[in-house]
Amino acid sequence: MKYDELKVIAKSMRRNILTMIYKAKSGHPGGSLSAVEIMTYLYYKEMNIDSPADENRDRFVLSKGHGAPVLYAVLMEKGFVSKDLIPTLRQVNSKLQGHPDMKKLQGVEASTGSLGQGLSIANGMALSFKIDNKPNRVFALLGDGELNEGMIWEAAMLAGHYHLDNLTAVLDHNGLQIDGKNEDVMTIEPIDKKFEAFGWHVIKAEGHDYESLERAFEERKTIKGKPAIIIANTTKGKGCSFMEDQAGWHGKAPNDEEFCRAMEEMGDIGDKVNEGGGLNG
Amino acid sequence: MAKATREAYGEALKKLAASNPNIVVLDADLSGSTKTSEFKKVSPERFFNVGIAEQNLIGTAAGLSLAGKVPFASSFAMFAAGRAFEIIRNTVAYPALNVKIAATHAGLTVGEDGGSHQAIEDISLMRSIPNMTVINPADGREAEQAVLRAAQFVGPVYIRLGRMAVEDIYDDSYEFELGKGVLLRDGKDVTVIATGMMVQEALKAAKILKEEGIDVRVINIHTIKPIDRDIIIKAAKETKLIVTAEEHSIIGGLGSAVLEVLSDECPVPVKRVGVLDTFGESGKPSDLLKKYKLTAEEIIIQTKEILKLK
Repeated sequence: MKYDELKVIAKSMRRNILTMIYKAKSGHPGGSLSAVEIMTYLYYKEMNIDSPADENRDRFVLSKGHGAPVLYAVLMEKGFVSKDLIPTLRQVNSKLQGHPDMKKLQGVEASTGSLGQGLSIANGMALSFKIDNKPNRVFALLGDGELNEGMIWEAAMLAGHYHLDNLTAVLDHNGLQIDGKNEDVMTIEPIDKKFEAFGWHVIKAEGHDYESLERAFEERKTIKGKPAIIIANTTKGKGCSFMEDQAGWHGKAPNDEEFCRAMEEMGDIGDKVNEGGGLNG
Repeated sequence: MAKATREAYGEALKKLAASNPNIVVLDADLSGSTKTSEFKKVSPERFFNVGIAEQNLIGTAAGLSLAGKVPFASSFAMFAAGRAFEIIRNTVAYPALNVKIAATHAGLTVGEDGGSHQAIEDISLMRSIPNMTVINPADGREAEQAVLRAAQFVGPVYIRLGRMAVEDIYDDSYEFELGKGVLLRDGKDVTVIATGMMVQEALKAAKILKEEGIDVRVINIHTIKPIDRDIIIKAAKETKLIVTAEEHSIIGGLGSAVLEVLSDECPVPVKRVGVLDTFGESGKPSDLLKKYKLTAEEIIIQTKEILKLK
């Protein structure tokens, strides 16, 4: 699939993410919008996943579970989940829980939401595939604020110890967490050196640039005997000018006016890809 | 022959290694004590030490189950149920994953390591989680069968195991039935409902009381959740008085579970023998059991006390 086609999908996902959160009147737009290109790349270019029920599929774990809307949006684009569910996010009886619930929605590989737990889950999957000599690969999307959790580093240690080269973590490094900038809340840098010290191969990428993501994932394939993390620099709220790089949009829904403005910025799906709102990553 | 339930766990794991290729075992640097080392000896490729990292122990077990394995994850009860509580709650039980948590060194009989290592809240924590099955075996045979049964059962299971050897309650004819209480001794005056190592104390107490002319029914509740409501209600209706006994806090454990059943369906007077809302301390297990009144003698005292209400 060409990048232009991915950009059209990404644009549709952004509109759906905002529509879901707007209708729900709550949710996490910032960290969903920052991961749109990563998720499109994973689901359309990188992962082997034609069906959410196929035994041979690669697995994806959304460790930053509050990014649920971006996962739902990509599952909708893939046709695994109906777009009719868009207005049901966070409503009672919905399959689209505030944080992903694998029992309610096929395509969600693990229930997440409480931060720091997804990398351990991904480790367990990767260990299982490894001892069975199965080709399935495992991908986990981490948030940067989530790296504050001690359990992440327990998991990082295990992945290095067991040489999980079928595991790839992607860090949605948007630099912001609820209370502000990462470095003001809790210093997490140097992320690269930390993971390297735990036995990981570290790759840096621009998280809204498909060429950069492709280089990173291709480099990953050349590395044997180690887990790898792609540290993807992203912008929180990407694609919506007034949300971009604002910690305040971590967990807030747009009001009527903000929603209209955001949708206007993003333009119609049929528009030329680079028009209307900074989606030219 | 007296045997610790953790020893029986190790033996059951060895059997599972031979019979079920999907079994995997995880430990957090306590494999010699939890007896998961027995599994490692025969199936090292399916054994994973995660180091001293109980949160990751449970999270990794969750991932293994999602890929089709049947993981048994072990540590001391304090760290398995305590340290990793929220991972058990959210990552294992919320999606009802097929993870078995076999927690050893539960209760005061940890002994010399002291209060920091004596989990007296784990039954309470685990049974409050939806989707969780909680088993507390009374002897080696029951523990071994409970582990084998848990391996077949689909869903999260917490198995509470002890450090100290416990007397045989059963002979080889025993057949463990998940969710079913066991009538160990019939009686008409009062019922003692016990779990884990307190079952042996309940039987001792009943024998002594019999000599004094008091006819005590003894029930072993090995499956604390889902609890056998029928056997409890029947006992309440027939004997009118209940004493519970457990090596656990009287808050939230077997005693509370029994009270919940009775309060719903057949309120009768109940006395609870257990740890009285206090922490343990260092000491020989036998000295601690005496000091904290987890003995046949205490069951006798409470039984006589409750009989005054008759």
